[in-house]
Amino acid sequence: MPDTKSAVVMDADRIARTLTRIAHEIVERNKGVEDLALVGVRTRGVFIARRLARILKEITGDEVPTGALDITLYRDDLMRHAVGPQPVIRRTEIPFSIDNKKILLVDDVLYTGRTTRAALDALIDFGRPKGIQLIVLVDRGHRELPIKADYVGKNLPTNPEESVQVRLQETDGNDEVVLQQEATV
Amino acid sequence: MSPTTVHVDQQPAATALRSKDLLGIADLTPDEINLILDTADVMKEVGSRPIKKVPALRGKTVVNLFFEPSTRTRTSFEIAEKRLSADTLNIAIATSSVVKGETLADTALNLEAMQPDMIVLRHSSSGACHLLSRICRSAIINAGDGMHEHPTQALLDAFTIRERKKQLKGLKVAIIGDLLHSRVLRSNILLLTKMGADVWVCGPPTMMPTDVRRFGVSATSNVEQAVRDADVIMMLRIQLERMEGAYFPSLREYFNVFGMTEARMTLAKPDVMIMHPGPMNRGVEIASEVADGPYSVILDQVANGVAVRMAVLYLLAGGAEHEEAA
Repeated sequence: MPDTKSAVVMDADRIARTLTRIAHEIVERNKGVEDLALVGVRTRGVFIARRLARILKEITGDEVPTGALDITLYRDDLMRHAVGPQPVIRRTEIPFSIDNKKILLVDDVLYTGRTTRAALDALIDFGRPKGIQLIVLVDRGHRELPIKADYVGKNLPTNPEESVQVRLQETDGNDEVVLQQEATV
Repeated sequence: MSPTTVHVDQQPAATALRSKDLLGIADLTPDEINLILDTADVMKEVGSRPIKKVPALRGKTVVNLFFEPSTRTRTSFEIAEKRLSADTLNIAIATSSVVKGETLADTALNLEAMQPDMIVLRHSSSGACHLLSRICRSAIINAGDGMHEHPTQALLDAFTIRERKKQLKGLKVAIIGDLLHSRVLRSNILLLTKMGADVWVCGPPTMMPTDVRRFGVSATSNVEQAVRDADVIMMLRIQLERMEGAYFPSLREYFNVFGMTEARMTLAKPDVMIMHPGPMNRGVEIASEVADGPYSVILDQVANGVAVRMAVLYLLAGGAEHEEAA
């Protein structure tokens, strides 16, 4: 086994409080939830988006439409390798028109910004939103594109060799954010 | 809910195709078939978007090389390629140098010199795709070779069935019509038996291949027996262009004995699906009331063809799995 050290940087309570805080920020910044819609980036962004929708409902009493976006077909590294198996693609489900909506794009970790770039291109193919705001649970830095989050759960300074794992009840059985010292290559 | 790990997004068991080509259903494992169908599920959603196009195959060139007439299959492939942003080139027999005497291999090698990434081939000779697969670097997709296979048709049929019935396993599928000349039949038998369906084939004794039971299907010339309690009825085209009156006395008699009518359909399950790969001969293998009726999914098959071909193109565009380590 390689020398792998890992530290829990957010536990379940911290994640819950953070999402509640972000929900309040959303309401404050947009003066309510009118015209808002949440779109989560698969896989974990979708679950974070659904949790935010639940909290927003508790705060305001209003439902915020929520969708799921798979960005695989928009990845900038899709055909860059000479040969190799294609990534598995999953369903995009945006069961509402995004025209003239303010879209809250949700992802678990913001890193190079390439996933967000792909997500923005994908979203624009669904219509012309009034605006797009970016929500991430963790911003770990090391941007390779000019992209910035509007709502950040936690700013986490990292080395490129480290990896950040977001675990959520819905997919992983528990809620926590873990920083691993040595990324598995 | 299980207290342990809950996998909400189930990954398909196979995550890539093993071959660089799609030559036939014979080469696919059930896992690979499921991977194609699951991927097609996602591709179908792309076709429902306001902008029906994704950049996945940007910069890839696909040649559609058709040595036999085809409207549905060629159009379907071309739409699929365009929805994935590939550059497409259509070569039809009448306009190519084949009429000047060039062989298939030479045509293919000349096309290859222009660096396409994939070649979609339809040819009247069984095995034409296997030949190209051996001599070409490009991925070869079989769009129908002679009386051998038509894999994307079988895949879109399976997709259409799965969409309604959730799974193929255990379904009674009756395939009725010209069993002798049909590459659609062969690909469908291979696929449906691999996926655990109970396949019945039915046609006049003169059109029944002698060794058909070898493929693990039940065979009968009694249409009522084939249709009884069927979940799916798949009608095959009577290939009029190849009929010289030797196989059955008349089209009218064929319809009376084997044609799918509303009366015959009542023998099947109440939620039976009626399928046909097209083009249809109304009043020969299928009555118009059935073709246009509420149980018919014939136009769904056409719509699903685009999604299934997008899935195949996408999965093959990355190259073969075993080459990755090289």
